[in-house]
Amino acid sequence: MNVTITVNGEQRVADVAASESLLNVLRDDLDLPGTKDACEQGECGSCTVILDGEAVCSCLVMAADAEGSEVTTVEGMGEEGHLHPVQEAMLAEGAVQCGFCTPGFVVAGAHLLETNPHPSELEIREALSGNICRCTGYGAILRAFETLSEEGT
Amino acid sequence: MEFVAAHDLDEALAAKAEQPDAELLAGGTDLMVEVNLVHHRPKQVVSLRRIGELREVSSTRIGAGVTWSRLERGDHRGLAEAARTVGSPQIRAAGTIGGNVGTASPAGDGLPWIAAADAAIEVRSKARGTRVVPWRDFFVGVKRTSLERDEIITAVVVPDDIPEAQEFAKVGARNAMVISTVSCLVMRGDDGFRIALGSVAPTPIRATAAEGMLNAEAKITEAALDEVARVVSEEVRPITDHRSTEAYRRHAAGVLARRLVERSLR
Ligand SMILES: Cc1cc2nc3c(=O)[nH]c(=O)nc-3n(C[C@H](O)[C@H](O)[C@H](O)COP(=O)(O)OP(=O)(O)OC[C@H]3O[C@@H](n4cnc5c(N)ncnc54)[C@H](O)[C@@H]3O)c2cc1C
Ligand code: FES
Ligand code: FES
Repeated sequence: MNVTITVNGEQRVADVAASESLLNVLRDDLDLPGTKDACEQGECGSCTVILDGEAVCSCLVMAADAEGSEVTTVEGMGEEGHLHPVQEAMLAEGAVQCGFCTPGFVVAGAHLLETNPHPSELEIREALSGNICRCTGYGAILRAFETLSEEGT
Repeated sequence: MEFVAAHDLDEALAAKAEQPDAELLAGGTDLMVEVNLVHHRPKQVVSLRRIGELREVSSTRIGAGVTWSRLERGDHRGLAEAARTVGSPQIRAAGTIGGNVGTASPAGDGLPWIAAADAAIEVRSKARGTRVVPWRDFFVGVKRTSLERDEIITAVVVPDDIPEAQEFAKVGARNAMVISTVSCLVMRGDDGFRIALGSVAPTPIRATAAEGMLNAEAKITEAALDEVARVVSEEVRPITDHRSTEAYRRHAAGVLARRLVERSLR
């Protein structure tokens, strides 16, 4: 069946298979592989996207159910030639090692700062608790968001 | 796969009347895990996400489509505390109380609150209209409910006189994103204490022996609190599974109940 989804501001149509996830459609049909596929059970957050204003795991969204929705993926963060402030801050703090978790942190973190520009350390930890990183030990990631919180980006 | 994106309840009920085996999709946080991991392939799906009626909430009626992230900020203290412990922000933004009730997992974190509140589940079908089922009759076994094939859960109906003093806690392997090994909800009101537990029986349960014992005490002493822990440990009916053992669950149930009764007195 065909679904029409507005992805990063652009209307896209995809032919989706039965009960396929939005994650698969983004990566395989819409050529947006920035959103990462790791656990497919909502545990790791690497597939986080903004769906109609909420940060959710795209592996748990049935693509057919995204009909008519607005989706923002990591590819929609920042502008052509300019990284999003969250991406800048993560680079500056060395918060990226293998990078597999990074798109999820960027999307979840940008969503946090949009709803709460000056989060406390606890609020940052809570907002990012659905994103798992197996490389960094989280210290540099948290520092990046603490800097952003102070600056109020 | 046939997919119906229902825009209102009547449309969803009509689809269920026509195809009683169609699966209902709310936040997808339980259903999609089955699809992705167990390769479950539903033949027909009716999505409830667009139904505004199911998202309405008041102090005595919580629509089935209300998400955990909204319940976190709601006025029922114990339910808000339980909501805060569900999964992660991403899971809470999508997952609904109706889905928690529909899945009816013994570990469902919304269920002890429903049991302590003596709430009822409101369900509806096209053929027979609305039924309001007391929670004890609704949850009948592990992931089994008395919902009929053509019915949809529309709301959790809450008595208007539930106590304001409510405490929730759960035990799990770690802090974030964890399925309960044992969960407990205590309410304290003019009519006494209510103690409900999850993950220690096929359905959520009330610790009626411990409640009776506490409510017979004129003053809650340290000895009475110790007795609550002992009685709760005895009356729960847990099993050993991949998450924990029967013995640990009995112990933890007693410890949690004691702690929350004490906390509710402050
Ligand atoms: C990573 C992760 C962590 C989790 N952590 C927790 C946790 O800490 N605590 C907890 O309790 N749960 C947890 N869950 C489970 C799940 O998020 C909850 O049970 C949630 O409330 C399910 O709601 P949903 O709207 O996503 O349900 P869905 O997946 O959409 O539906 C679940 C089931 O209920 C049925 N259903 C849904 N709505 C209705 C309705 N209105 N009428 C009739 N049937 C209906 C569906 O047909 C399906 O069978 C977790 C899940 C994941 C993936
Ligand atoms: S791939 Fe979706 S949460 Fe891990
Ligand atoms: S940088 Fe490797 S998983 Fe986070």
